[in-house]
Amino acid sequence: MSDKIFITEETIDGAESGPLADTTVAVKDNISTEGVRTTCGSRMLEEYVPPYDATVVSRLKEAGATIVGKANMDEFGMGTTTETSHFGPTDNPAAPGHVPGGSSGGSAAAVAAGEADVALGSDTGGSVRCPAAFCGVVGIKPTYGLVSRYGLVAYANSLEQIGPFGRSVEDAARLLDVIAGSDDRDATTRSEGDDSSYADAATGDVDGLQIGVPTELLEGADEGVVETFWDAIADLEAQGAEYHEVSLPSVEHAVEAYYVIAMSEASSNLARFDGVRYGHDADAEGNWNETFAQTREDGFGDEVKRRILLGTYALSAGYHDKYYKKAQDARAWVKQDFDEALDEADVLASPTMPIPPFELGESLDDPLQMYLADANTVPVNLADLPAISVPAGETDGLPVGLQLVGPAFGEERLIRTASALE
Amino acid sequence: MSDDAVSPKEVRHVAELARVGLDDDEVDQFTRQFADILEYFETLDEVPEVDREADLTNVMRPDEVHGSLEREAALENASETEDGYFKGPNVS
Repeated sequence: MSDKIFITEETIDGAESGPLADTTVAVKDNISTEGVRTTCGSRMLEEYVPPYDATVVSRLKEAGATIVGKANMDEFGMGTTTETSHFGPTDNPAAPGHVPGGSSGGSAAAVAAGEADVALGSDTGGSVRCPAAFCGVVGIKPTYGLVSRYGLVAYANSLEQIGPFGRSVEDAARLLDVIAGSDDRDATTRSEGDDSSYADAATGDVDGLQIGVPTELLEGADEGVVETFWDAIADLEAQGAEYHEVSLPSVEHAVEAYYVIAMSEASSNLARFDGVRYGHDADAEGNWNETFAQTREDGFGDEVKRRILLGTYALSAGYHDKYYKKAQDARAWVKQDFDEALDEADVLASPTMPIPPFELGESLDDPLQMYLADANTVPVNLADLPAISVPAGETDGLPVGLQLVGPAFGEERLIRTASALE
Repeated sequence: MSDDAVSPKEVRHVAELARVGLDDDEVDQFTRQFADILEYFETLDEVPEVDREADLTNVMRPDEVHGSLEREAALENASETEDGYFKGPNVS
């Protein structure tokens, strides 16, 4: 496919009947599919074929879904544009010539282009919500522990969740109903999603809803994005909701805390790729340290190397207290701030991304600028909370997403509110 | 703290710890980029100490034998195997 939505186009049939019979699903290529290669967008896993299914894939099959392909992504989920994929960038179906966002860019693009009805992505710091916003579709980042991570190739375990995309809030919620719930194979899962009926919550009823708007998440945002955001809030007000401004001083430090924690976890998680049990093997001369270093030099792209090295640095002797420990303090602070704000409001609203989609190739050379684009999404992962991105309109013909954040396991409330904007 | 910026030597050292080979161009590029990124991380100094009141519970399961991957399936993706084991490079 020329627009590189999929890395591997292969059909996996599900059960004859079920809640997702006649539904096509694109699955992000870091979610294991038995017998179908799972590359993580990396040369390292270009030929890796998992011998087992992720729990979410087993649940898709049981629900009767048809998987239509493995969707393109930033390498190991590390990026905001899907341009770090070893297999090349994906174009944005809703804004050709622009990035689809990342890291689950292929999943969002598949839904936006009609290549699949719904899709699965994973969200470590915004990787479902960002591409949903950039491609003009709906994306949900579930509460930490709602969805099993068994079979998701790990990047930063303490932050990531698998989440659904749909062209409507109800479609995304229906997919969430299928994948949510406890799993013996992931001890961090909780039982809150066991008998869920998220799809039924898409009623659009916002009468009396209290919306908090964190002022920090509007500062520095693109003017057109901010305008589109306020139009959407006015729309909710017209339907009976009320808003007030809130302050979350901790989020000023969320991006650096997020990147220190994510990179530190990545440096440990990605240590497993040594070419011995699976993945690229450079077959180099020398002892095992030299051989592993060569395998990892060939197999990983620049952004992955950058994060492994910075994570190794942040955890190394003499720097651990300065970076990692302070980042954990910041994480606890962010959690407190969100909890307090959600005592006074039912949901918190902001633009999902402070900017419209970048042009393809625009941001690749400046990693720090790319990290800063995640300012509105990463605090939610630090706080373990659920969030949804729903299309809010356009600025200069480019899609703008509105993010709603709720209390832990408050997915129904987010789905109800988001559906009022459709 | 800006005199704390990383040197090419430090980048090489960290790469060695992480077992990631780098060519000279990459060392130069990363040295420059890490200076910017680490300077940005310095702002974590402004974060107050926070009481972490995490509400954690241990999740236990019965210690019972379950089925697992067949050996053949587990070895399928390995580049080299011998007598039903993974075969790695020489240690030294």
